[in-house]
Amino acid sequence: MTLAEKILSEKSGMKAEAGDIVEASIDKAMSHDNAALVIKYFEEIGMPLKIADKIVIILDHRVPANTIKTAEAHKRIREFVSKYKIKNFYDINYGICHQVMIEEGHVSKGMLIVGTDSHTTSYGALGAFSTGIGATEMASVWATGKIWLKVPETYKITITGELPKGVFAKDIILHIIGELKADGVNYKACEYYGIVEEMALADKITIANMSMEMGAKAALFGGDNEGPYEKEFEFDVSELSPQIACPHSVDNVKSIEDVEGKEINQAVLGSCTNGRIEDLRIAAKILEGRKIADDVRFLIFPASMKIYREALKEGLIDIFIQAGGVVMNPGCGPCLGAHEGILASNEVAITSTNRNFKGRMGSKEAEIYLASPATVAASAIEGKIADPRKYL
Amino acid sequence: MLIKSKVIKYGDNINTDVIYPGRYLEIIDANEMAKHAMEDLDEKFHEKVKEAKIIVAGKNFGCGSSREQAATCLKYAGIEAIIAKSFARIFFRNAINKGLVAIECKDVDKINEGDELEIDVEKGEIKNLTKNEIYGVKPLPPFLLKIIKAGGLIEYLKEGKNEV
Repeated sequence: MTLAEKILSEKSGMKAEAGDIVEASIDKAMSHDNAALVIKYFEEIGMPLKIADKIVIILDHRVPANTIKTAEAHKRIREFVSKYKIKNFYDINYGICHQVMIEEGHVSKGMLIVGTDSHTTSYGALGAFSTGIGATEMASVWATGKIWLKVPETYKITITGELPKGVFAKDIILHIIGELKADGVNYKACEYYGIVEEMALADKITIANMSMEMGAKAALFGGDNEGPYEKEFEFDVSELSPQIACPHSVDNVKSIEDVEGKEINQAVLGSCTNGRIEDLRIAAKILEGRKIADDVRFLIFPASMKIYREALKEGLIDIFIQAGGVVMNPGCGPCLGAHEGILASNEVAITSTNRNFKGRMGSKEAEIYLASPATVAASAIEGKIADPRKYL
Repeated sequence: MLIKSKVIKYGDNINTDVIYPGRYLEIIDANEMAKHAMEDLDEKFHEKVKEAKIIVAGKNFGCGSSREQAATCLKYAGIEAIIAKSFARIFFRNAINKGLVAIECKDVDKINEGDELEIDVEKGEIKNLTKNEIYGVKPLPPFLLKIIKAGGLIEYLKEGKNEV
């Protein structure tokens, strides 16, 4: 059986094979600021709260509150959490939901986790079947503790070769998305094998997180390599260059050689995709003793407060500030264009985040290029999209 | 369940950021959400939707964020059905859960903007009244139809049929 089949069999109490529709019990139900919507729908249903101990709420999307509407939503969430004694509540001082879920020990292998965020696939890095759902469906999960799921077919993705210097997990997953395209894994689970199995948890999270950008229902590490697999892919990365996803879709992926020199206005380092300590370290290594270009804004937002503190201890934050960067509080910040670092028309950003859709980070006339933290740091220095390999 | 209306046509990979931009995620009222539907994709959407209640699109409609507002805003803006070559999975679930008909159809390339369609949701049949063509589609599973007919998952659960 595939890992997805094993987990969904266990959670539904029946033999779950690809194509079956199962009703499965969830282990954790995660929501962020959109818990305000979930609460609204949950109260409309009018059923009792069944799974208070499984609910995790983490405020991260618009923190601290950017508008009165957001402030009211946060207030409503805090009142609900208090009323129903939801113990796993993380206010604005923790960080991005996916990072906090993992840091605070809410994720382990074999769990079934749903979250009202598409990048919930991140927890597959630890071998959990985790997937995104909408607010209404989450309200139903709160009331029933269960969800219906179609057991997905699984694609096996194997990465081979030795990863060249200056090329990272982000480049690997961008390359895969460029090859398989934005709907290449739609409705499917993927299991990852090969050199990525030996990579750091941070790298696995980056890959599981961004698998969503090709439609994956779940992206799993730690499988048993049993199959059956509907499709198998192998990617040799030994000759891979740093990869860039160009406007306005994540599957519009080019090698750095085809994009370098493009002038930028803003460089963004952080997010649930690439805001971990390993990401900050590599960027700091490139930036140490250097200054960013005069006309560039460089924004850094660590994925969690724990990472922020670690970066402080290691002196990374000082390096960023000395280089001319602006270090922000952990949160989703500019990634989704809700606040903090919004782009004006005709501006260009290079970012270690996960989406480059039109209007994602602000004006729909802006351009967004996605890259690894190293490429973001190199580009901040040069004021144009730059190859990080010369700095490493 | 019959839906008869004209068509607004879009392409492949229409993502949730252009359907409902992130800058409006703070909004909780559905009618207010509707004002921003398709804001970053189609400036004429609200004009078109006055007489065209069916969206026809290419593959991977609704890809990207899990934001349910993308389905909610379309429904409250007046859209009654979306026909696409394929849907991104979270959007598909959100559409059903909000009581918005979402149907996969291989023949969307034969349908043009402004065509008048009649969708028989139970039967799984789309009539193109403008071109006098019929496109067969896989009917939605019965339990999804029940959710749609109730007006969405909330209404369905409220009816006490909490067999999700």
